Amino acid sequence: MLTLSSISVAFAGRTILHNVDFTLAQGSFCGLIGSNGSGKTTLLRTILGLVKPDRGTVDTGGHEIGYVPQKIQLDPFMPLRARDVVALGLDGNRFGLPLPSAARRRTVDAMLTAVDATGFADRRVGDLSGGQQQRIMIAHALVRRPKLLLLDEPLANLDLRSVAEVVSLLHTLSFEQRITVLLSAHDMNPLLPVMDRIVYLANGSSVSGTVGEVVRGAVLSRLYGYHIDVIRVHGRVLVVAAGGEDGLDADIACEPVHVTQIR
Amino acid sequence: MIGAAFFSNGPVQVALIIGGGAALVSAVVGVFTVLRGQSFAGHALADISSAGGSAALLFGIRPLAGFLAMAALGAGGMEAIGARQIRERDLVTGIVLGAGLGVTALLLYLDMTTTSASGAANTVMFGSMFAIAPSTIPLALGVGALALAMTAALYRPLLLIAIDPDLAAIRGIDPRLIGLAHLLVLAIAVALSAMTIGAILSTALLIGPAAAALRLATRPGTAILIAAAIGLCATWGGIALAYDSFYWTPGHGWPVSVFVVMIVLAAYLAAGPLGTALARRRMAGS
Ligand SMILES: Nc1ncnc2c1ncn2[C@@H]1O[C@H](COP(=O)(O)OP(=O)(O)OP(=O)(O)O)[C@@H](O)[C@H]1O
Ligand SMILES: [Mg+2]
Repeated sequence: MLTLSSISVAFAGRTILHNVDFTLAQGSFCGLIGSNGSGKTTLLRTILGLVKPDRGTVDTGGHEIGYVPQKIQLDPFMPLRARDVVALGLDGNRFGLPLPSAARRRTVDAMLTAVDATGFADRRVGDLSGGQQQRIMIAHALVRRPKLLLLDEPLANLDLRSVAEVVSLLHTLSFEQRITVLLSAHDMNPLLPVMDRIVYLANGSSVSGTVGEVVRGAVLSRLYGYHIDVIRVHGRVLVVAAGGEDGLDADIACEPVHVTQIR
Repeated sequence: MIGAAFFSNGPVQVALIIGGGAALVSAVVGVFTVLRGQSFAGHALADISSAGGSAALLFGIRPLAGFLAMAALGAGGMEAIGARQIRERDLVTGIVLGAGLGVTALLLYLDMTTTSASGAANTVMFGSMFAIAPSTIPLALGVGALALAMTAALYRPLLLIAIDPDLAAIRGIDPRLIGLAHLLVLAIAVALSAMTIGAILSTALLIGPAAAALRLATRPGTAILIAAAIGLCATWGGIALAYDSFYWTPGHGWPVSVFVVMIVLAAYLAAGPLGTALARRRMAGS
C-alpha cells in the first residue's frame, strides 16, 4: 500500500530525514510519532510528492492520497460553509464555476454523514470549533474515496473529548472502508487503543513496527543515541530520557509530553 | 435635478458604463484579493499603474493602455522577486511600490513641465470619470470581461488554495501559477478603477465592497454578488451625486471619488452589525 525506501531529505544542507524506511499494509492504522521539528510534516509532504527526497523512493502504488494538513487557518470571514469545503475536496482542482449537480450534492452529503457533521454542514467553517473543523477537513480529504489518508497533527489543539471523538471516527473509517491511515502526533497516548503500527522519528532516523516492538527502552535508546526508559503507568506510556547531559537534543529535552527529563 | 438630462449627458453615459464596469470587476476580484490577504498588493498595483497613466499622458497614448501595462509590469515584478510568506510578500510589495511611485513622480513632473497637461497629477491621482474618451469603452469593457472570465476560471482553485496551498498542490494545481494569474487579474481590475476613480481611491472599490460582503456572506458566490452590488451602487450613486453637486456649489462640482468612497465606507460600517445579526439568526436557526 505504502512503501518508503531509504528516504533522505536535507534542507539547505541540514539533514532532516536520514534513511527512513517503512511499509504499511492496506487498512493499517499507523501513528507517526516524533517531537517538534523531528520531521513529521516533512515526511508526510515527501509521501505526497510536495518535497523531493534527496535519496530514496516513495511507492504509493498509484493510489490517490487524502491529506489533512497541520494547522489549517480558517479565517472567520472565509465565505465557505462546511459543505463547501467538502465539495472543494471533490473538484476544487477544476477550473470554471461549479454547476449545481444532484450527484455532487449526494456525494458531499454522504461524506458529511460519514464524519457525523450534518448538524453543522451549513455553518461557516470559520465559526466551527476545532474538533468540528477537523471533521470537515477529514471529510474533505476522504470525499474522493482515497485508500490512503495522511493526517498531520490532527489532534493538536483539541480538548480531550474532541481528541477521543476524532480518533474513534478515524478508526471507524479506517476499519469499515479499509483505509490506510498515517497520522502524525507528538503524543502517542491517545492513539494507543487504535494504532497497529508506529513510525517513531528522532534524530532524523526512524524505527517502525508494532507498538510493542518499537516503544521499548532498548529500541528508543538506540534511536535517540542515549539511554531512554519507557514507563507504562495507568495505561499511558511515558518516554523518559534519563540523565541526559551529553548528546541530549535540545528539542527532545523541551518536549514536555512524551519525553521528560529526570535529574 | 437627476432626470432626463443626467442620462442623456454624454460624459455621464461614458462614466456610468466605464465606472460601472470598473466597479464590478474590482468588487469581484476584490473578494479573492481580501481572502488571499493581498489588499496591500492591490493598493500598490493601483499606485504603480498610475505611473503608466502619467506615461500615457506624456507620450500621448491611450491612458487605459498605460495604466494596464504598468500594473501588469508591477504584478510581474512582485512575482519575479517572489516571496513565500505573507510578511515577506508585504516587503516585496512595498519595494515594488516604492520603485513605482518614484517613476510616477518623475513622469508627472515631466508631464507638467513638458506638456500642456497642467492638470496631469489631478487626472492621474484622482481619476477623470467625466473626462474619459467614449472610444475607450470597447477596450475597457473587453478588458473587464477578460478579468471576470479569468476569475470565474480560477474560482475553485483560488478557494482551495485559500484553505491550504498544499491541498491544491496535491491535486495537481500549482498555487504559485494560480497566484500569478490572480495577480494579473488584480492588475487589470485596479488599472480600470485607477483610470476612473483615480489611483489613490481605487483601493476603496477593490477592498471596501469585498470586505463588507465577507462580513455578510456564508458562501463565496453570495459574497461576490453582494460585493458587486455594493461596488455598482457606490459608483453609480457617486456619479449621480457628483453630477448633482454642480447645483450645490455654483461654478464647480465635487469629485466623484469622494462620494464613491463615502458610500463604500457606509456599506462597510453597516455590514458589521448586520453581519453579526445575521450570524446570530443562523445560530438560532441551526
Ligand atoms: N522548507 C523548509 N526549508 C528549510 N527547513 C525546513 C523546511 N521545512 C522544514 N524545515 C526544517 O525541518 C525540520 C523538520 O520540520 P518539520 O516541520 O518536518 O517537523 P515536525 O515534526 O512536523 O514539527 P512540528 O511538530 O513542529 O510540526 C525543522 O527543523 C524545520 O525547521
Ligand atoms: Mg509538523
